Amino acid sequence: MLKFLYHTGRYFLLMKQTFSVPEKWSIFRKRLFEELDKLGWGSVGIVALVSIFMGAVITIQGAYSFTSPWIPLYAVGLATRDTTLLELSPTIISIILAGKVGSNIASEIGTMRVTDQIDALEIMGVNPSTHLILPKIIASVIINPFIILMSMFLSIFGGWMFGVLSGVVTSYEYVYGIQWGFVPYYVQYALEKTVVFAFIIASVSSYQGFFTDGGALEVGISSTKAVVWSIILVLLANFVLTQILLV
Amino acid sequence: MIEVKNISKSFGEHHVLKNISAQFLPGKANLIIGQSGSGKTVLTKCIVGLMPVDEGHVEYDNRDFLSMNFKQKKEIRQELGMLFQGGALFDSLSVEENVMFPLSIFSAMSHEEQLERVNFCLNRVNLVNSNPLYPSELSGGMKKRVAIARAIAMNPKYLFCDEPNSGLDPKTAIVIDNLIKEITLEFNITTVVITHDMNSVMEIGDNIIFIYKGEKWWEGSNEEILRTDNKEINDFVYASNYMKRIKNEFAKK
Repeated sequence: MLKFLYHTGRYFLLMKQTFSVPEKWSIFRKRLFEELDKLGWGSVGIVALVSIFMGAVITIQGAYSFTSPWIPLYAVGLATRDTTLLELSPTIISIILAGKVGSNIASEIGTMRVTDQIDALEIMGVNPSTHLILPKIIASVIINPFIILMSMFLSIFGGWMFGVLSGVVTSYEYVYGIQWGFVPYYVQYALEKTVVFAFIIASVSSYQGFFTDGGALEVGISSTKAVVWSIILVLLANFVLTQILLV
Repeated sequence: MIEVKNISKSFGEHHVLKNISAQFLPGKANLIIGQSGSGKTVLTKCIVGLMPVDEGHVEYDNRDFLSMNFKQKKEIRQELGMLFQGGALFDSLSVEENVMFPLSIFSAMSHEEQLERVNFCLNRVNLVNSNPLYPSELSGGMKKRVAIARAIAMNPKYLFCDEPNSGLDPKTAIVIDNLIKEITLEFNITTVVITHDMNSVMEIGDNIIFIYKGEKWWEGSNEEILRTDNKEINDFVYASNYMKRIKNEFAKK
C-alpha cells in the first residue's frame, strides 16, 4: 500500500514538472510533430489490421448467434456497429496501443535514463520531463482519437466485407443495420474515452521509463511495467467513464 | 573557481561522502581520483546538482549553488558543460544536431551562426566532416570528442568529465586527455575530471584529490603523488606489479 502511494505521489509530481512552459516553442513544435509521426503514423498498420479482422469476426459470430427467426438479419450490422463504437475500438485498440506505444515510450525514455542522456539534459538546464514527456502526451491525446475513428470505420467496413464475402449477411441488410437507430453520442463517448486512455498510456509509460534505474534488464522491466499498468488503468478508467458518461 | 564545503552524503546507513571540502581552480585540470566505489561519481553528481547532499555547500565563483531556486540553478547550468562516461549523446540526433542542441535552446544565435559555432567546436576536437553521422555510427573515441564539442558549445566556465578515458585504447585516451588539457588552458575553464586512470593523472593532473572510502584522503599535484608516502595512495598508484617495479628501480637510482 505504501509503495502504491509512493508511486502515485511521484507520478503526480512528475506530471506537475512535465506540464510547465517548454524552453523554446520552436523546439517543442518540432518534437511534437516527430511524436505525432512516431506514435500516430507508426501505429496505423497494426490498428488497421486488428480493426478489419475484429469487425469481420463480430459480424460472422453475430450472424451465427442470431438464430431466432424473431431477430432480423440486419441486427448483425447493428451489433457490429454498436460493439465497435462503444467498446471494441476505443478500449481494445487502446489496449493494443498500450502494448505498442507504451513499451516504445518506456524503453526510449528508460534507455535515455540509463545512458545518462536525461542527466545531460538536466546539466544543460533543460527540464527533461517537459522536453521528453510533454510532446508524447500531447501527441497521443491529439492523434489517438483519429486512430480510433479510423479503427471504427475499418472495423465496420471489415464486418461488411467479410460478412458479404462469407455469405452470412447481405450487403443491403448489413448497411441497413449499421444505419438503424444510430446514436451519434456513442461516437462522442468513444472519443472522450480515447482521450483519457491516450493520456494514461503516454503518461504512465513515460513515468515508468523516466524512473528506470540500472541497465538493459531494468529497461525491459520498465517497459513491461508500462504496458501492464497502462492496461490496468485503461480498464479501470473505462469502467469509471462508462459509469459517468453512459449510465 | 568551484568550492565544495563539508559535503556529506549517505544512502541509508551507508555513508558515501564524509565531510568533503575542496577547491577546483580555473585554468587547471582538477582531478578527483580513487578506487571504484570510493564516492568520486557521487561527489561529482552532488557538485553539479544531479543528486541532493545531506550537508554542505557548493559555490560556483562564490555563488551558493545548492541554496538556489530552479531558475537560478538553470543560469549556472548554462555555464556548465559535462562529459559523461558513455558520452550521453542523443541517439536520435546527428553529430551536428547534438552539438547544436544547447545553442538552439539557450542562445539567441541565428541558424547560420549556430552552424558556424558547431563547426568551430567540431573542428576544435578534430572532427571534421562528421556532421551528418549519428552516434551509432561513431567509435568510442569519436563519441567522446563529440561530447566534448557539445560540452564546450556554450563556452562553459566549468567543465566536468566523468571518466573520459574509460573504454578507450591508450592512444585515443591520450588524445582525449590532451584535448581536455588544451581546452582548459585555452578557455580558462575550471575543469574537474573524475578518473582512476594513472596515465591521465600523470598527463594532466594539475591538482589532484584522492578520495578514499568517502573521505578526502590526500591532495597534491601529479609530481607529488609519486613521492608521497601515504599508504593508501601508494596502494592505488602502484597497484600493478609493473608500477611497483618502476618504483623500485627509481628507489635504487
